[in-house]
Amino acid sequence: MKTIKTPKDYQDYVKDKQPKQTTLKNCFNAFLWGGGICVLGQLIKDFYLNTFDVSDKIAGGMQSMTLIFIGAFLTTLGIYDNIGKYAGAGSAIPITGFANSVVAPAIEFKKEGYILGVGSKMFSLAGPVLVYGTITSVIIGLLYYFMK
Amino acid sequence: MADYFWVFVVGGIICVIGQIIQDTTKLLPAHILVLYVVTGAILTGIGIYPKIVEVGQSGATVPIMGFGYSLAKGAMEAVDKDGFIGAFTGGISATSAGVAAVVLFGYIAAILGNSKTKR
Amino acid sequence: MHKIGRQTIRFPNPPSISNTASIVGPKEAEGPLKIYFDKVETDDTCGETSYEKAEECICYTAIQTLLQKEKLQATDIDYYLGGDLLNQIISTSFTAQKIAIPFFGLYNACATFSEGMQLAACLVSGQFAKNVIVSSSSHFSSAERQYRSPLESGIQRKMTAQWTVTGSGAVVISNQQKSPYITHITTGIVQDYGVKEADNMGTAMAPAAVETIIAHFNDTGFEPKDYDLIITGDLGTIGKEISMDLLSREGFNVSNIYTDCGVEIFSEEQDTHARGSGAGCSAVVFSGYIYKKLRNKELNRVLFVPTGALLSPTTTLQGDSIPCIAHAVTIENEPQLGRG
Repeated sequence: MKTIKTPKDYQDYVKDKQPKQTTLKNCFNAFLWGGGICVLGQLIKDFYLNTFDVSDKIAGGMQSMTLIFIGAFLTTLGIYDNIGKYAGAGSAIPITGFANSVVAPAIEFKKEGYILGVGSKMFSLAGPVLVYGTITSVIIGLLYYFMK
Repeated sequence: MADYFWVFVVGGIICVIGQIIQDTTKLLPAHILVLYVVTGAILTGIGIYPKIVEVGQSGATVPIMGFGYSLAKGAMEAVDKDGFIGAFTGGISATSAGVAAVVLFGYIAAILGNSKTKR
Repeated sequence: MHKIGRQTIRFPNPPSISNTASIVGPKEAEGPLKIYFDKVETDDTCGETSYEKAEECICYTAIQTLLQKEKLQATDIDYYLGGDLLNQIISTSFTAQKIAIPFFGLYNACATFSEGMQLAACLVSGQFAKNVIVSSSSHFSSAERQYRSPLESGIQRKMTAQWTVTGSGAVVISNQQKSPYITHITTGIVQDYGVKEADNMGTAMAPAAVETIIAHFNDTGFEPKDYDLIITGDLGTIGKEISMDLLSREGFNVSNIYTDCGVEIFSEEQDTHARGSGAGCSAVVFSGYIYKKLRNKELNRVLFVPTGALLSPTTTLQGDSIPCIAHAVTIENEPQLGRG
């Protein structure tokens, strides 16, 4: 082209041709959904603390499992992706989103078999979280050990 | 009820920050989740995140940053109890309920469910 | 030699586009062009056990429908040219095995349909074949699981993202004297203007469309006013605006005759963000909508310019930008352009 000669020219040119960001609306929805899911989690934990004679730690574990179940259930029903469309980070960041990121590929890759499909692809989205989380916790543990 | 207010606000803010990063940078959701889990762990290591958890409770533990918090807290507590090897066992053990649950539920979902068409 | 300029061929005996077939999925059948498609698969799994098999079924149905419409058997067809978006173009290859026609598998991403039309036109015009079938297909679900994320994943799509069309379009190019005709083809050169985001295809592909259209006008000496319609393949709303503006800056005002297949196939209400894309997009819009308009003379001279983004999930992860291509085909009811 005569008027656009380099990639840099093109980057500058297209900057104001991009669609309007709906960032404000997205943030509002993310806030509502994220806060809401956390409140649900708190209700669940308080229920366990009040109903069963368990420590705070165990109640926390039970809360995680319950929220993971809810995320898995809504993903299986095909509802979680519809929530994610509106909630964005509000549904991806809570632990229900973690469940969705494991259950979605598990369901999807069933067609390639249970071992090589479901088994290998289950952590295709959540793998990085486990890898980096584990590495960071070990490093922190080691630093803590040596600084004691 | 005041508790629940802070649960909502802290949880909401953590998610909004993630949304802003997603909308304004070229980072993908996977990058943001990794950033959050690492940040949660580091903030726990330096003693800041436990304070956020005191105020926000589930608002701070339910988001994936809370996963980082559990990992780091678990590693440090295991070091207190078991010494050197605790650095390796602590994090994964503390989050083991969640990981085992997600693998099991994921597998059951695969048996029972099917990907649905998007409209 | 019938080559004019660097990239264009003018056919002295223009081959005919004798018939077309278009099969689409449910979302496309709710769009603005719904009355123009031959068949709708209301269940986009087509009763198959995977989306890949469903896409193959749609591709096969398009070919079968085309043969029925033109009252031909597979044995009357000299060559089958086709492609799709899946790894190793399996939808097309598996269809090719079923129809048992000598097969050339093609891949130019979403520009595959015009790549096929161009090569088929050369085969027929060069008298190497009498009847050639060209097809191109895509399926939202199979493309999503290969290129992006699992269907049930809650990841939010950006406003620049386009929706892969579920559909297959097929045409018969033949040596009959039956309008419309392919009179010129301008073959694109791969362009890369540095766009790296895989969810912003329109912005990435627009320069390729513009470069090919400019090359076409420069090689032939034609102008926008020589055409009733200039239509790109799947630039979407963003890419369409960029192309129109760039062409105008380069001295070609196309504003009142230009649109894009991706923009036309879905309506704003269908909430696809930047509208449609996919190898099947230009194929079904041409085979359904544009072809019918040509046959009933509402359009007489069309410049059809499908566009393709030649990336893979691997290149994006390795930090490469997206190279793109566009191929232009001139289709006229009466071959008049450029013929004193």
